[in-house]
Amino acid sequence: MSTEVPAPPAGLILPSYQRPAGVHPPLDTPGYRSSLLRAPKRPLVPLAQGLTEVTGPLLGAERVTAADTDLTTRHGGQPLGERIILTGRVLDSGGRPVPDTLVEIWQANASGRYAHRVDDHDAPLDPNFDGAGRCMTDSGGRYRFITIKPGAYPWKNHLNAWRPAHVHFSLFGRAFTQRLITQMYFPGDPLFAQDPIFNSVPDPKARERLIARFDLGLTQPEWALGYEWDIVLRGRDATAFEPEEGQQ
Amino acid sequence: MRLLLTPSQTVGPFLAIGLPWPDGPFAVPEGTAGAISIGGLVLDGAGEPVTDALIETWQAAPDGSFAHPDDVRGPGAAWQPGAGAAALPGAGAEPGAALPGTGGFRGFGRCATDREGLYRIITLRPGALPGADGRTEAPHIDVSVFARGLLDRVVTRIYFPDETAANAADPVLAAITADDRRATLIAAAAPGAGPGAFRFDIRLQGGRETVFFDV
Repeated sequence: MSTEVPAPPAGLILPSYQRPAGVHPPLDTPGYRSSLLRAPKRPLVPLAQGLTEVTGPLLGAERVTAADTDLTTRHGGQPLGERIILTGRVLDSGGRPVPDTLVEIWQANASGRYAHRVDDHDAPLDPNFDGAGRCMTDSGGRYRFITIKPGAYPWKNHLNAWRPAHVHFSLFGRAFTQRLITQMYFPGDPLFAQDPIFNSVPDPKARERLIARFDLGLTQPEWALGYEWDIVLRGRDATAFEPEEGQQ
Repeated sequence: MRLLLTPSQTVGPFLAIGLPWPDGPFAVPEGTAGAISIGGLVLDGAGEPVTDALIETWQAAPDGSFAHPDDVRGPGAAWQPGAGAAALPGAGAEPGAALPGTGGFRGFGRCATDREGLYRIITLRPGALPGADGRTEAPHIDVSVFARGLLDRVVTRIYFPDETAANAADPVLAAITADDRRATLIAAAAPGAGPGAFRFDIRLQGGRETVFFDV
């Protein structure tokens, strides 16, 4: 799948970001029916990373409040379901934490129903759960949410198709190249094998990186189960952006 | 140490729960001097509107600068943020236009498509940028498209129809040799909507499929 990448800009000293060869799902994944009319058919055109690509929006703090990290206390009463603490770090592939970056999540309720007008799954809405959260990572790149474990739900992709329980995550990092939206899953879910979205990631080891780890150490007695999930964004190529090493 | 990347997954049909912001479409407040609008349809391979997509835009300020530490043309560089259009041919800077952090210009826009498949962003015209091999990149806006059915975002660029000379010299456009393919990256003046209104439809698939980039 490797394509020839145009030369980086000359005369400008810019970082360059690792190309994620082989990690992400192919856009053309026929087993996921919604991709049939939406995935582009033409090959992607390689784009040299210039100023627009190595910069990106550094924002979010002004739109996040402490209440946004706790999805269980936003309404009159407690949502139904299994309360969980969901935490981890946002890192780049060089192992560096990504501090002060916006993390946005959304998810179904404990019954597997989204608070969205087009979700017609015959399962109850929960008046005490809207399913949206956001936070900023701290100086060590850590995020932390309190929420409930989402339920599995049926969808009409194929006969008897069910999505494994998951939480949607949206990450910015610090550059346009680092933007990532993905889904976090829970360990041991029996629905993995039949899910074309989870299995759209070609490498089984990469798929495992979408699964959080249950952590008894994070679990708070008499209150909530703890899960940890680190997210790794594209890092800078090792040779780039080190002016003292010479630039060419 | 190299850590292995987290794979992408689709946003699914319910992104509207978590992603749209009330002020998302406004990279500058509506009514800002020099503000432009860019909007259009997102269409699938059958020509049907995609009503559950999210469009995000990222771009330079009118003077070609980014409010970002990796815009390395900082103090001491030959070209500095704020140097304005004089430093670069083809820059779309307008006198008195907002600079990053000073005029409420965010550089970033986000808009979900509506029930007709339409999106719309209010922003300022970006400036030209120094690009590959010392060539100048014409004013452009980077675009991410997210939707159910897309297992990873797709990325395209918006160029401006009235930047003929700058577009002709742009290294990214020049690398796309087929005229009809290159044309998918150039916005149109929105008919009857005034001088600052542009139309940019995004065709995910089909005969006039938009050019998407591997960044």
